[in-house]
Amino acid sequence: MSTTITAQPGTPFIEVTREFAAPPSAVFRAHTDPELIVRWLGPHGMEMEIVEFDARSGGTYDYIHRDERGEYRFRGVYHTVSADRIVQTFEFLGAPGEVTLDSMALTDLGGRTRMVTHSVFPSIEARDAALESGMSRGMTESYERLDKVLAG
Amino acid sequence: MAVDEEALDRAFTALGDPVRRALIARLSRGEATVNELAEPFAITKQAVSRHIQVLEQAGLITRSRDGQRRPCHLVPSALEALTGWIDTYRLATERSYRRLDAVLDTLEETP
Repeated sequence: MSTTITAQPGTPFIEVTREFAAPPSAVFRAHTDPELIVRWLGPHGMEMEIVEFDARSGGTYDYIHRDERGEYRFRGVYHTVSADRIVQTFEFLGAPGEVTLDSMALTDLGGRTRMVTHSVFPSIEARDAALESGMSRGMTESYERLDKVLAG
Repeated sequence: MAVDEEALDRAFTALGDPVRRALIARLSRGEATVNELAEPFAITKQAVSRHIQVLEQAGLITRSRDGQRRPCHLVPSALEALTGWIDTYRLATERSYRRLDAVLDTLEETP
């Protein structure tokens, strides 16, 4: 089951849809248990270090993604944490003040789960920059793969 | 990174034409000569040759020699860089979710 991204031009929104072969309770746990979240969240090849993680309504989080090239710190507040819905703010400390509001909803498909994450950026420009940073990062990875092919 | 940008520009320009996209689609199923490529099109072989030249200059295809034949081949790494550029936000998210799949698997084993 692959990830679907919807990012309509001229809007500050990104919507991500994905299905998981597990019930909503397990997907919820993987998002709210710090020992589980460090095992999957974040960019490929980066370690995740948790500074603060309190996944309850009104709680806060603060974590660092790190690789040999540097570290990237993120923080935010959990507005709503319930069994089928998490609403939280998200801020990259490399671009402080650009706070995104993320709503994650879990739908039970009978043993499977559909997860929809809707992100609202502070501006269309901030949304486009987030998409482009993913693109340039992926492009670097593509060229690294190309380097390996050429060296091989 | 200016060179990479120029390569991307050339590749996207080359793909901004329905005949050239059809040629790429055909070559994704295997090599073919200009004659074989020209067959399904209602345009001259010369016109197809010009399209092939554009794709070659954009680094998307190469031509080899096999006796009298000069078949065209796709350059997979060039296309990978293109689709990578378009699709990386989704891929980065998907990679993270595949790790989440693995975490969920372990949860089901030990409920």
